[in-house]
Amino acid sequence: MIKHEQIEKSVALLIVLTLLVVIWGGLLEIVPLFFQKSTTTPVEGTKPYDAVRLVGRDVYIREGCYVCHSQMIRPFRAETERYGHYSVAGEYVYDHPFQWGSKRTGPDLHRVGGRYSDEWQRAHLMNPRDVVPESNMPAFAFLAATKAKDSVGADVEKKMEVMRTYAQVRGLPTYSDADIKGAKAAIGDMTEMDVLIAYLQGMGTALSAMK
Amino acid sequence: MSDFVSDFWNLYVIVIVLVSILACAVLLVVQGKATFTPGKTMGHVWDETLEEYNNPMPKWWSWLFVITVVFALVYLALYPGLGNFKGMLGWTSAGQHKAEVEKMDAAVKPLFDKYLAMDVQAVAADKQAMEMGKRLYLTYCMQCHGADARGAKGFPNLTDSDWLYGGAPEQIKETITNGRMGVMPPHAQLGADTVKDLANHVRSLSGLPHDSVRAARGATAFTEAGCVGCHGMDAKGNQAVGAPNLTDKIWLYGSSEATITETINNGRQNKMPAWKDFLGEAKVHLLTAYVFSLSQGK
Repeated sequence: MIKHEQIEKSVALLIVLTLLVVIWGGLLEIVPLFFQKSTTTPVEGTKPYDAVRLVGRDVYIREGCYVCHSQMIRPFRAETERYGHYSVAGEYVYDHPFQWGSKRTGPDLHRVGGRYSDEWQRAHLMNPRDVVPESNMPAFAFLAATKAKDSVGADVEKKMEVMRTYAQVRGLPTYSDADIKGAKAAIGDMTEMDVLIAYLQGMGTALSAMK
Repeated sequence: MSDFVSDFWNLYVIVIVLVSILACAVLLVVQGKATFTPGKTMGHVWDETLEEYNNPMPKWWSWLFVITVVFALVYLALYPGLGNFKGMLGWTSAGQHKAEVEKMDAAVKPLFDKYLAMDVQAVAADKQAMEMGKRLYLTYCMQCHGADARGAKGFPNLTDSDWLYGGAPEQIKETITNGRMGVMPPHAQLGADTVKDLANHVRSLSGLPHDSVRAARGATAFTEAGCVGCHGMDAKGNQAVGAPNLTDKIWLYGSSEATITETINNGRQNKMPAWKDFLGEAKVHLLTAYVFSLSQGK
């Protein structure tokens, strides 16, 4: 029998036992989720991000949008009245990594798709205060100066292949070879702002008509 | 929600949870049985004189431990958590949300029904309805039209008497319900010179400073290039297609020659989203009345 004193005095033993405790917790709290239909099956209408939205999503991540915006509408009336249907696990099956965020300095964005016009998104990203004078969001006008194909879209084929592997492992619908081949053409001359807006406009639309 | 792909995971969760709770209880019992000699120390000394007695755990602390174990079992009996077992209360987060929404909807329904039965002008004259309308506006509309409803570049001011699609209650309601899609096609193909003429003509229409020679040529081009198709022979616009009146002093995108040139060259398109599904009839009715009220008396 290991004595408490031995654990306290042996760092190696302490590490091993700590790991065991963490693994025990993970076995219960993490592992079963991999085998649950509601977390692994896409909600009807949820599709893999097309090439444009996929790189738009990379702009979202690169600019740290998740620091101030969540993508997780909780099942409370106060939230569903404002944003729409609460988020469900099956909407995130193509998110690697997910962008739930943990803090709302700005509003939740999970159902922002179609909520505003493209022109509003553009005006708002150029300078948020042009449309919402009270806003404290930084301006992202510089996104209009870079072509997506020169930055986030430069290796879009590779990104799509990786996403395809993830999906195939889980038996989910995913990109065809033609999708990947046509990725660069789909992005074309779009700027980083264009692809980001495409990403935003597609967000959470699977359940947006419901509340 | 537990909808495991196979029943194995149901058992897996149940076994791990119960074994863990049992292990906690066993640990408590085993440790509680350890014998202690009063006054005997652990045998180590720190900082010259600091020693530690080997006393049993305080009773209140042991009881807290027991309570957590009992709490866990009661919780798992009442709420979902033990594999596929749904809990005796049948609680779900979706169910809680539904109950919360239904309770509130039932509470406010008489209020909404009352206003839904009234016509828009009457609702607009009702103080309480306008308080409600204002809150709805500040939640759903202010992002584009502004907290003061005076709009922004590209987003119409709702407090003036100028309307792209009409300011009658029916038209406002149609705009909110089904949205609007405003498209001005690009005209850069006319050539920079003609566009400059047109811009000067457009500025002349509302009495802004302009080059009169260019404006005269622009007047001809205005007809020939088809501008009249949407904006009308008199340039007063057409609410059926949302073409703005060019003869007033109200500008959606700006009145400088540079901005007008940009508008003619690249066209404009903007969209008011449809709110029918998201807000439902009652809220749209209140918002219609609120928007209608903003421009009354102006």
